[in-house]
Amino acid sequence: MDIKTENLSHIYMPGSPISHVALDNINLEIKNGSFVGLIGHTGSGKSTLIQHFNGLLKPTSGKVLLGGKDINESRETLKQLRFKVGLVFQYPEYQLFDETVEADIAYGPKNMELTEAEIKERVFEAINYVSLDEALLKKSPFELSGGQRRRAAIAGILALRPEVLILDEPTAGLDPKGRDDILSNISRLQKERGITVILVSHSMEDVAKVCESVIVMNKGTVAMQGSVRDVFRESETLKKLQLNVPQITQLVLKLRREGYNLPDDIYTTDKAFEEFLKLIKKSPNQKGSVG
Amino acid sequence: MITDITLGQYIPGNSILHRLDPRTKILLTFAFIAVVFITENIIGYVLIGFLLALLIKMSGIPFKFILKSLKPIYFFVIFTALLNLFMTGGKYIVSFGIFHISREGIILAATMALRLIFLVAGTSLLTYTTSPIVLTDGIEALLKPLEKIKFPAHELAMMMTIALRFIPTIIEETDKIMKAQSARGADFDTGGLIKKAKAMIPLLIPLFISSFRRADELALAMECRGYHGGEGRTKLKELRFKKLDLTAFLVFTLLAALCIFVGKFNLFYI
Ligand SMILES: Nc1ncnc2c1ncn2[C@@H]1O[C@H](COP(=O)(O)OP(=O)(O)OP(=O)(O)O)[C@@H](O)[C@H]1O
Ligand SMILES: [Mg+2]
Repeated sequence: MDIKTENLSHIYMPGSPISHVALDNINLEIKNGSFVGLIGHTGSGKSTLIQHFNGLLKPTSGKVLLGGKDINESRETLKQLRFKVGLVFQYPEYQLFDETVEADIAYGPKNMELTEAEIKERVFEAINYVSLDEALLKKSPFELSGGQRRRAAIAGILALRPEVLILDEPTAGLDPKGRDDILSNISRLQKERGITVILVSHSMEDVAKVCESVIVMNKGTVAMQGSVRDVFRESETLKKLQLNVPQITQLVLKLRREGYNLPDDIYTTDKAFEEFLKLIKKSPNQKGSVG
Repeated sequence: MITDITLGQYIPGNSILHRLDPRTKILLTFAFIAVVFITENIIGYVLIGFLLALLIKMSGIPFKFILKSLKPIYFFVIFTALLNLFMTGGKYIVSFGIFHISREGIILAATMALRLIFLVAGTSLLTYTTSPIVLTDGIEALLKPLEKIKFPAHELAMMMTIALRFIPTIIEETDKIMKAQSARGADFDTGGLIKKAKAMIPLLIPLFISSFRRADELALAMECRGYHGGEGRTKLKELRFKKLDLTAFLVFTLLAALCIFVGKFNLFYI
């Protein structure tokens, strides 16, 4: 389902001396089935923006269109909208509450008023997507480790089978293995299901690895927008917005300045590895100095 | 939204009211409350209204904002006013059916409504212009003499500081968890009482757990920094009465005397 915003603005506590313009005239279009990264330094309005996509926040002015229809005017209830647009919050593990992990993941589907059998099926499907061990289902969520809790919370949203999945920094504070697991699982889900995914992240590496396009926010406005390649090409502009390109890109750019013949559009370690190998094969006498 | 609650919030600024010593403001707020209760007639209330308007003007806080912050008590004010309007005996000037309105009723209704509004607006001016930390500092200083009779002034002030400090945090947290559960289809607004109470479980449990966790972390952090109660503890910013405070006391005393004089003794026979 396409998401579109038209002149979307949001002001926190309007009319008070401490009012704050968090979104300023945002015009965006996110195509159905795409995998979009949303980046921007802290306080730039990312979390505020995504909460408009499932109606948790109402625009101060402007519109949010989902599949061409204004979500704040449609006859569909907010509840139905939220099942369509699944939103995983920052640190979602703090929302767990039920007696068992299973019951907690089933909370959303239960609110959808599905049958027992269907709920069960969805719970199992969801834990499969986040690689959560089945044996943990009967445990209390408060007995799990931080990483496991995070997975359980994400599963709670996946169990809704949303058409649009929004994740607000899903890998913040996780170990490298846990991070890679969650990212590759989401990537797999996106491919298998063909759903739209919006990933908010502070990690340029994560964005380069899984996203197709990138939206860059700055002070409540959209500063840049385009494919991963187009955006990360502008390393100077990104630095001005207090962001950066992935570390591997920084390394490659440095090597290029040293005279190594490498392409300037390397954003992942896998791609870099390939190119380094090519370089080594081409000039065997330089072997020791590359890589 | 829950984060829109503005009553009792601190609004940073640099007005005369902001710069006054917290003890001055606390004492004068109590004096103000006393004046409001002593005043009995409408002219007195008009005077107090002027005084309050002057104070708000001096604080630099927009009138609109003060009016908005009174929203939670509007219902209460109207209810009280109506009750007084219809329930007061005397010489009826308007009657329809079982309802009678007397001159006394109108005056009582107006004074009651004004009394409530003045009380809330006046006291909220204190919290608007005083940061919670400074406010509790002031309370602690005022209660200090009571420590001689084993009154735990420091502990009380510390508890208040912590409570005040965490109110916004907890409101924010409530908002966050509410949103997170709404994203999973929770519905906090519709349904009967039992359904509504049940819908609160997914909100309250995470809220309790995080409050306990936070209390635990805070206690640990305080101990790590050597906190051991109020004994021998010094302050970074000592409270000091300035000339401004003296002026404030004098001006306020004069105005209060005027209000009481006019408000208590029925000069104009209204
Ligand atoms: N409930 C609120 N009330 C008032 N201001 C808010 C509220 N939530 C956010 N803001 C302000 O709006 C701005 C944007 O906040 P937002 O949470 O959208 O930023 P973000 O890009 O998600 O940042 P981060 O990367 O740190 O999560 C910030 O300046 C923040 O202070
Ligand atoms: Mg955020």
